[in-house]
Amino acid sequence: MAELGRIYLRLIGARARSQLEYRASLVLQIFASALLTLLDFVMILVLFENVPELDGWTVQQVALLYGIAGISFALTDLIVGHLDLFPQMIRDGTFDQILVRPLPSLLQVVASDFSLRRIGKILQAVAVLIVALAAADIEWTLGRAAMVPLAVVSGTLIYTGVWIALATIAFWIVDAIEFVNAFTYGGNFLSAYPITIFGRWLRNLVLFVIPIAFVAYLPALYILDKPDELGLPEALQYASPFVAVLTVLVARLVWENAVRHYRSAGG
Amino acid sequence: MADPVIQVEDVEKRFVVRVKRGRLRRERREVAAVDRIAFEIERGTIVGYLGPNGAGKSTTVKMLTGILVPSGGRIRVAGLDPSRRRVELAAKIGVVFGQRSQLWWDLPLRDSFELLRHIYRVPPARHRENLDRFADVLALGPFIDTPVRQLSLGQRMRGELTAALLHDPEIVFLDEPTIGLDVVAKAAVREFLSEVNRERAVTVLLTTHDLADIERLCSRLLVIDHGRLIWDGGLEELRRQHGPERTLVVDLEESAPPLELDGARVVKVDGPRQWLRFRRDETSASELIAAVGAQARLLDVAIEETEIEEIVRRIYAAGGR
Amino acid sequence: MRLDWELARRGYRRYAAYPGATAAGLFTNVFFGLLIAYILLAVFDQTSNIGGYDVGDALAYVWLAQGLLSVVASYGPSWSELALRVRSGDVATDLYRPVDLQRALFAQDVGRAGYQVIWRAVPQFVLGAILFDITAPADALVLLAFCLSVCIAIVVSFAIRFLVNLSAFWLLDYRGPMLLVLTVAHLFSGLIVPLTFFPEPLGDILRALPFAAMLQTPIDIWVGEPLGGSTVGALLLQVFWAVALVLSGRLVLAAGTQKLVVQGG
Repeated sequence: MAELGRIYLRLIGARARSQLEYRASLVLQIFASALLTLLDFVMILVLFENVPELDGWTVQQVALLYGIAGISFALTDLIVGHLDLFPQMIRDGTFDQILVRPLPSLLQVVASDFSLRRIGKILQAVAVLIVALAAADIEWTLGRAAMVPLAVVSGTLIYTGVWIALATIAFWIVDAIEFVNAFTYGGNFLSAYPITIFGRWLRNLVLFVIPIAFVAYLPALYILDKPDELGLPEALQYASPFVAVLTVLVARLVWENAVRHYRSAGG
Repeated sequence: MADPVIQVEDVEKRFVVRVKRGRLRRERREVAAVDRIAFEIERGTIVGYLGPNGAGKSTTVKMLTGILVPSGGRIRVAGLDPSRRRVELAAKIGVVFGQRSQLWWDLPLRDSFELLRHIYRVPPARHRENLDRFADVLALGPFIDTPVRQLSLGQRMRGELTAALLHDPEIVFLDEPTIGLDVVAKAAVREFLSEVNRERAVTVLLTTHDLADIERLCSRLLVIDHGRLIWDGGLEELRRQHGPERTLVVDLEESAPPLELDGARVVKVDGPRQWLRFRRDETSASELIAAVGAQARLLDVAIEETEIEEIVRRIYAAGGR
Repeated sequence: MRLDWELARRGYRRYAAYPGATAAGLFTNVFFGLLIAYILLAVFDQTSNIGGYDVGDALAYVWLAQGLLSVVASYGPSWSELALRVRSGDVATDLYRPVDLQRALFAQDVGRAGYQVIWRAVPQFVLGAILFDITAPADALVLLAFCLSVCIAIVVSFAIRFLVNLSAFWLLDYRGPMLLVLTVAHLFSGLIVPLTFFPEPLGDILRALPFAAMLQTPIDIWVGEPLGGSTVGALLLQVFWAVALVLSGRLVLAAGTQKLVVQGG
């Protein structure tokens, strides 16, 4: 296990090194992507220019959601964002090449890229989160302080698991990659808002099927000590790490199954 | 002692194909890309694998390397079942796909080798030893620090071969390794494969359309068409069965009218040079030379075999008999 | 004229060849439309009017915007094609032809836009209209003005993309700046949040920019809140931008061609 970790680091290290060769361009890209994604938050600010609250959530509280979800998603984007190109890997035979190497296929696919420029998104989300943590009226306890990094790590694992599981659709229908984007980018978009504003079907979807409610919303309820409008069991507010592990395991299973299908049905 | 490193028994691969019939309807049909083939390959052999496009060559290779799971039959490569023990097998084989690259595109060649060393867990000393040797034989020196995307096709192919052999595989699968290369590069690749096979007993399965590859390297040929094996044997045997004719080219001291000989007929005359076609099962070359010498003064002789091209064409035409 | 039609058909067919991608795109549009609709509903729980928009207007905005998105802010396979051709020098062959490059590309783009209006904008808007209570245009005249505005928006969108692609004549790494400009354009065209929501005077300034002419203007006309209160005025502003951008495109192309000729590609 540790050995696979080391190989992963080596492989992405190689990609990172080749990107660092164009340092100036990279810095520019990081800066640009930070600014651009910050505009997402600007949109939220514009909304709050017009109303004081969104379903009982203040702008600082929504900023907390945005920050946690944003960092998690940006980290995920850094690690597996290149899954957008996965259909191409299948089409041009790169995946076959992967099957001929003595490493698990998922590891190789995940290690196949590591876009340093995505650090920009992480930076802007961190900035928003810091401001939110300071500005929101939080009664800090040890538990709540611990929940912030815990939520980010769990959130990253959840998004990663979801992205991998959805990406396997490329094994069955090659052109379907945009469906995946609806859920990954769309998922991140909706995570910045309290799920109470969404219709019932969507709430259930993000709670029980594609568990993105556990990325920011539920941990935030705990951190902010907000009453839960939906009547959910309180335990769910602490459940993010478990959901994260579960999601990753399910993703792994889905992947194995998809590869098995690919190897039977033919390239 | 028989040591089959590849064993294929009764193997088939069926695909479900959806064929469009009209605007909306689609028919499901099962197609057998590989239709019950069987063969064994001894360790240390260089085998040529031929067949028209779509015959089932790449499907077979994909099954042997663990990419595809067969629909039926039994495969053992280096003692392992590729469909079940893919990762284990991968450590023992090397693969070069002619069109695709296993190297890291924007890194120097040397870095690719280094990454592969970790992936295949090659002890550093052994890796260095192999790399030095290959770099020497294939003259990698001048471009080993160049990013792969800047290499010419010939240079890249030499890099690919090195990459495939650095971890001391038992078997290498090569798919069209000389395609698109110039004459010099092709010779270098053939020389290299031949040497590696000799020195390290590496078994080579070579898929190719290049008949010169076959002539220079392969001691055994497998020919597949429409999913069936239509030839399995040695090159000489192939010649004997399907290329029964040979040509004796004689350079006479001076121009003469076409020679009249038993068991041979003159097919071409060009000044003092004459081409004599004869059947190998009827006449021996030495007999013929003696017969010519009795009629005229000989300066030089050469023997030409039936073009392998011709032989292969005949086999394809004969089909799956 | 005949050639224009042929080119438009080609543009149409290019996108019709990927029904899977269209379906996936439609799905994404609907999904995002739902998300933003919910957000705006929550916003309008707290207030009844923002910048002249009521809740019905805001919902109309969401579904019209998502629909028009694929029509005017297209990042499909062809968005940087011209830039690639400029970089590789292939554009020289295009320029030799007795056909006006800008006009030819525009004809193709119209075909593409047509495809996306029929197969993405309309179905998705109909779905949104069924699910939510959307403001309808006040009368047939308004609807007509809307359609006209959409047509001009297509011209503006094309002109902006054309101009941005031409940067490849001068920039070695054109992708970065191109993406930047287009993303900014995308955002300032009023995508997630209607520009009317922006605090004054920022909102008005943004609505006067050419990017707004792609998306915000037609929607403003539909809901009856055109910039400056006059539909005709808004249309005229749109036309102004369209003309200015198209002409700029021609000038820049001429400059680029000149550079190509001088440098020999």
